[in-house]
Amino acid sequence: MSSATQTVNYRNAIGRSLAEAMRRDPSVIFFGEDVALAGGAFKATPGLLDEFGPKRVRDTPISEQAIVGTALGAAIRGLRPVAEVMFADFAAVCFDQIVNQVAKYRYMSGGQVTVPLVIRMSNGAGTGFGAQHSQPAENWFLNVPGLKIVTPGTVEDLYGLMLSAVADDDPVLFFEHKGLFALKGEIPISGGDPVPLGSAAVVRSGPDATVVANQQMRQVALAAADELSARGTEITVIDPRTLVPFDDATVLRSLEETSRLVVVQEAPPSGSWGASLVSRVATTHLELLDAPPALVAADETPVPYAAQMEAAWLPSVDDVVAAVETAVRY
Amino acid sequence: MTSDSYRDAPSLADGAPDDSAHLLAGMLRIRRFEDAVAGLFARNLVRGSTHLCQGQEAVTVGVADALRPGDTMVCTYRGHGATIAQGVPLDACFGEILGRAHGLVGGRGGSMHFTDVERGALGSNGIVGAHLPVAVGAALASSYRDDGGVHVAYFGDGSTNIGTFHEALNLAAVWKLPVVFVLENNQYGEYSAIATTTPITRLAERATSYGMPGWFVDGNDVVTMRAVAAEAADRARAGLGPTLVEADTYRHSGHSRSDPAKYRPAEEVASWLARDPITQLQDAMLRSDPGAQATIDRVTAEVSTEVDSALDRALAWPEPDPAERFRDVYA
Repeated sequence: MSSATQTVNYRNAIGRSLAEAMRRDPSVIFFGEDVALAGGAFKATPGLLDEFGPKRVRDTPISEQAIVGTALGAAIRGLRPVAEVMFADFAAVCFDQIVNQVAKYRYMSGGQVTVPLVIRMSNGAGTGFGAQHSQPAENWFLNVPGLKIVTPGTVEDLYGLMLSAVADDDPVLFFEHKGLFALKGEIPISGGDPVPLGSAAVVRSGPDATVVANQQMRQVALAAADELSARGTEITVIDPRTLVPFDDATVLRSLEETSRLVVVQEAPPSGSWGASLVSRVATTHLELLDAPPALVAADETPVPYAAQMEAAWLPSVDDVVAAVETAVRY
Repeated sequence: MTSDSYRDAPSLADGAPDDSAHLLAGMLRIRRFEDAVAGLFARNLVRGSTHLCQGQEAVTVGVADALRPGDTMVCTYRGHGATIAQGVPLDACFGEILGRAHGLVGGRGGSMHFTDVERGALGSNGIVGAHLPVAVGAALASSYRDDGGVHVAYFGDGSTNIGTFHEALNLAAVWKLPVVFVLENNQYGEYSAIATTTPITRLAERATSYGMPGWFVDGNDVVTMRAVAAEAADRARAGLGPTLVEADTYRHSGHSRSDPAKYRPAEEVASWLARDPITQLQDAMLRSDPGAQATIDRVTAEVSTEVDSALDRALAWPEPDPAERFRDVYA
């Protein structure tokens, strides 16, 4: 493996990581709407058709149920399909295939099959796509055992998590945040190491509070950390990177030092990973906390369109700063 | 293809085939199994619901007999017959319905979730139509590896009005995948006559929209079913893509155990009972050979013993350790 790296953006890292996964394993195939000839609706997968050919890289009809169900059928027969669902909101179109089929197939077979597939989806708000193309959809699946949920927040993580997701023997929902497509980072020119699923990253260290945030909210949390630092408060920022499995241990270790928890998520609070994390910590490790845990979350509305409304809907740097200061003052 | 008459195909009218005893045993095995399951329900030994397929045995026995090792099928929650037709052991099937440790999937599935991958039974499914794309995916894997496998999806008439039916047929056709779509038209989608929910009478016509052949055949004739399945499988293996086979048939009982099926006219039920697929095969055997009664009696007795002893074994199995529920959520 080469240690040489190149600077790419998050969008390009999608195709690069997928190509690397396909080079490593000839059982990996990739299909979805407009992914082959057009290189993807977001131009995330150009060149894959040329490199791997039409047997491995396929355009599908606009048929999300068939896309996911076909990936399932191929997965239980020994392939490692990567299926693209263009916008994560469209997971609702194939909800049965994901939650009743993909998630349960191994269990219902009594362990006779594994379901090594990846469903890639572009996720999240902040880019003006309106209510049906912007919802952070990862929380819909938290209550469905059998799925793994991956939410990369950097170029490096996207690359390494993709390698892990494709090599994993369980179904992985891989959420690519479209608000991060222009984010730059370094990836290997070839090769590279996987980032294990279920391993959080401690992005910044400080003794005063633990802020847990992923994807776009990781950037918001880091900006808040700079502002807090200027005021004399130093926080730890942890990116969980995968929501299932979730790395509770890293969060708890940090809380032993900081005793204050602020979770920041780009979704309404109800039924969310952030609410679940707060609940787990409060119910099982209350002794670690010197202040009530806080959840900084989006509003309980659909994602609005107009720039000012959408910005107000998303958690802001000010929201995070305020939540941390409240916790620190408690 | 707007005719209501069956597609011309080999049939029992041509005479009983040489391996009639084999086909008879196949159908009787399912019939006796389902009868026994109904009895278990009456004794309150089974949880939830079950969906029996008495009357439809010729479809799955005929199709399964046309398949080769390496071929697979997926089926509906009315899937005991399709699974047993693959040669899956009866005791494991009983055991699963009874929720026993040695059931087919260890008691985690139940009546609607039979899987035996080794025998090509890739799963019965509790969601109407949801398994059709799974067959397409299995066929994609065969196509990718060029392993010659053919993959069957069984489904009912009700499935033809759900989205996955259309998406799966379209994708299988546009990618020319080796799938045989076997539509068991038992005339009712749950409690509703197909005519009240569907504006066409010949569901095989829907194949036209997806550029594949659609054949309407007598699903109560096991010889016909075997012949058309073999032809569809040959097309699939030759790279000609999928086929839709509409098998005209009837379920003798209601949709599920809570359904006494009072909505069906008595004369309709009587006319279909007169076309019982097992009786039809036996009649053909006797027409071809008046001495066949001895064979029929022998097969009937053998199958009864086989089913009874399988049930006895399953009833003796232990219930699963509750801790087993945690297994196989993830690999």
